[in-house]
Amino acid sequence: MYDLKTQLIEQLNLQDKKPEDIGDDEALFKEGLGLDSIDALELIVLLQQNYKIKLANAEDGPKVFRSVRTMAEYITEHQGKTV
Amino acid sequence: MSQTDPGVYIAGLGVISAIGKNVAESLISFENQHAGMSAITMLDTIHRDQLPVAEVKLNNQQLAEIGEVSPLIPRTALLSMAAAKEALTDAGLSQLGSLRCGFISANTTGGMDLSENFFAEFRKDPASGHLRDIIHHECGAVTDLVADALGINHYVSTISTACSSSANAIFFGARLIRHNILDVVVAGGTDALTKFTINGFNTLMILDKEYCKPFDENRKGLNLGEGAGYVVLVSEDLMKGLEKMPYAFLAGYANANDAYHQTASSPEGTGSWLAMTGALKRSGLQTTDIDYINLHGTGTQNNDVAEGTAIQRLFAPAFPPMSSTKSFTGHTLGASGSIEAVFSCLAIRHGIIFPNLRFSTPMKELSFIPETKYLVNQDVKNVMSNSFGFGGNCSSLIFSKPQF
Amino acid sequence: MFIRALASISPQQSFGAVHLPADPVVYHSNRLSCIEPDYKEWIDPKMIRRMSRIIKMGVATASLCLKQAGLEAPDAIVTGSAYGCLEDTGVFLNRMIEFNEEMLNPTSFIQSTHNTVGAQVALLVKCYGYNNTFAHRGFSFESALLDGILLLKDKEAKNVLVGAADEITNISFGILNRFGIYRQEEISNLDLITNPANGTIAGEGSTFFLLANEPSADDFAVLNAIHTFYKPARVEDVAKEISSFLKAQSLTIHEIDLVIGGMNGDLVNDGLYHQLNTTILSGTRVLPYKHLCGEYPTSSAFALWYAATELKTGKITDRHQPSAPGSANKKHVLIYNNYKNIHHSLFLVSSC
Repeated sequence: MYDLKTQLIEQLNLQDKKPEDIGDDEALFKEGLGLDSIDALELIVLLQQNYKIKLANAEDGPKVFRSVRTMAEYITEHQGKTV
Repeated sequence: MSQTDPGVYIAGLGVISAIGKNVAESLISFENQHAGMSAITMLDTIHRDQLPVAEVKLNNQQLAEIGEVSPLIPRTALLSMAAAKEALTDAGLSQLGSLRCGFISANTTGGMDLSENFFAEFRKDPASGHLRDIIHHECGAVTDLVADALGINHYVSTISTACSSSANAIFFGARLIRHNILDVVVAGGTDALTKFTINGFNTLMILDKEYCKPFDENRKGLNLGEGAGYVVLVSEDLMKGLEKMPYAFLAGYANANDAYHQTASSPEGTGSWLAMTGALKRSGLQTTDIDYINLHGTGTQNNDVAEGTAIQRLFAPAFPPMSSTKSFTGHTLGASGSIEAVFSCLAIRHGIIFPNLRFSTPMKELSFIPETKYLVNQDVKNVMSNSFGFGGNCSSLIFSKPQF
Repeated sequence: MFIRALASISPQQSFGAVHLPADPVVYHSNRLSCIEPDYKEWIDPKMIRRMSRIIKMGVATASLCLKQAGLEAPDAIVTGSAYGCLEDTGVFLNRMIEFNEEMLNPTSFIQSTHNTVGAQVALLVKCYGYNNTFAHRGFSFESALLDGILLLKDKEAKNVLVGAADEITNISFGILNRFGIYRQEEISNLDLITNPANGTIAGEGSTFFLLANEPSADDFAVLNAIHTFYKPARVEDVAKEISSFLKAQSLTIHEIDLVIGGMNGDLVNDGLYHQLNTTILSGTRVLPYKHLCGEYPTSSAFALWYAATELKTGKITDRHQPSAPGSANKKHVLIYNNYKNIHHSLFLVSSC
């Protein structure tokens, strides 16, 4: 998950954050890190680029990207597939 | 500003889109409820068989022949020339003489259809790529090309505010007439399909893989389109000297910003509400005076609920017939405001209400539904046309039947 | 209209300055780049992370301008940019080609639209008012200014934030260079105008003004009039435009204390000014400004900043021609710029 946090920071250009600053279960959207809909789209690109996972439905985003942990679990489950 | 201020009249119309290369063809498409969407045919893209678009069914050579210009200029300029020429001819103003004439045109893509090809070569080798493919890249370069071809030089400018661009162009043109800076303004906008925009919108995941369903509960997004639309705005004095009756006068207009998010509209549709309210206030009309709303209605989850919510707030309990003509033409981006302004004027002239295609399930948030039938012999006196874009740029125009 | 506040990011020490230092920054290059502030002082980190350079430049100058005017938000925002957001456009295009239209980043697409600066400012300060963007080459700033002026004249707004921003990127410089418009030899910007040759130097900048229709104690200057004209056929036509412009303001050239001219060191471009110097501008001192900011489509915004700051700090008579008789109290500056001899503009700015 540390690697995932590093990738997240890079993809979203969170210049003032370090991986240690992001909790495994911290909410990524609305509260917590406070990301928005554009960030969600960037994370979809991250999944495809780094993990070859194609998230075809934007509506699945909130569930998958709820926290770093849910993202990591999703990646482990779906790596290399189109969903 | 009130109704006693100098009036600005619409003396000519010109339009080209996926449903027709001019006004007459567009009206036939509306009557036959024939939408302009199809698979991509003109661009070489991986999305070719994935995403429907609404292309103008003419290649650049054919467009150049209509406009009597070079086919080597950007497609945006070719579309612009075709529609602007039609508008000026329609107004009986092909010879401008000593009139102070302006050209206020809007676009978002500029010469990107050519630049993206230039760039593919340039990035491999900075010395390659034809300079003629990049020289008209800027939005303003496209406008100047068409202004030169039309012989207009008193005041020429380009507005670029995403999807509200050409609506803003129309009322900026009107204000130039009101301030006695110009007598005539050809105002509107143009945009051509490019790989840049198709891919850009695709990354936002707001494109429907089927034909779009504006204001439907199960809508999945928009279909990109292309085209151009222009109105010829004239002062009241000039209007009196023209042979033909004007189509309408510009009764109201407003521009407001949603200030909520770069691409998403606020759930309450704040910007939309402010623009519609502002246009009504300027026109001196009540919501009950509006006979038809041409919705921005892109078919995205976000726009339709925001716009719908704003309309609900403003018009309830009495809703006029309304529809999104983007269900025919797709979303023509920078050209949408002016293409829909042309349709609004046609609604007034011909007493038509355009249908909203492919609607079947009402949106759960709203207590109204769009009009699904093509209605004729309607008394259409006042039409509101909405254009809401990225960057929170929201504009609303009101066209009214001349009272004489 | 009253210029209540202003701010500029340019290749000179202009940001936060009340006027340019006496000694300009010297460059030995055909490409001048802006001297930029620490943007973290001006823009929320949550928003900054998405912004490319031109957007940061635009937002920071707009923010400083509003701060100077003592306003949280203006009534309206009108911006101009000929090139728009080139860096973002280039990033998206590059990736689109390299990755064959897959795995593309939405951020660079969203930020590539011309209205991004105006939209981001509105978002930052929660301005729900009129918001417009002009993208018309050498008239981008002038159109934005006219739009703002008309809003003020109609009393649709009490104040308007008007500005323009254009950048030069490695890609755009590389492309423009192929058109042969830049000097190829090394030259100091200070020698640019005095040694005309083929080509000019590239520049960039972001400049914003807070215009109001009522005067205040701290106004920088009065913007009396602007006028644009397109592709004049001959020098005589330019002279006529200048003389009609001044006549409409009940002025003659002899009452103009200073002319700021758009000479850019290119032989053909500057030839026009030399000819005007023998006719309508004869007897007036014409001061260049493009050696300070370089040549770019919205450089006239920097010229206006320059004129207004000089008027405010009362520097006109000190550095330039003494004023003509009868104009001891009020100083008038005429700005005449042309961009590629296509887009010509005139501004009349006066002291308060």
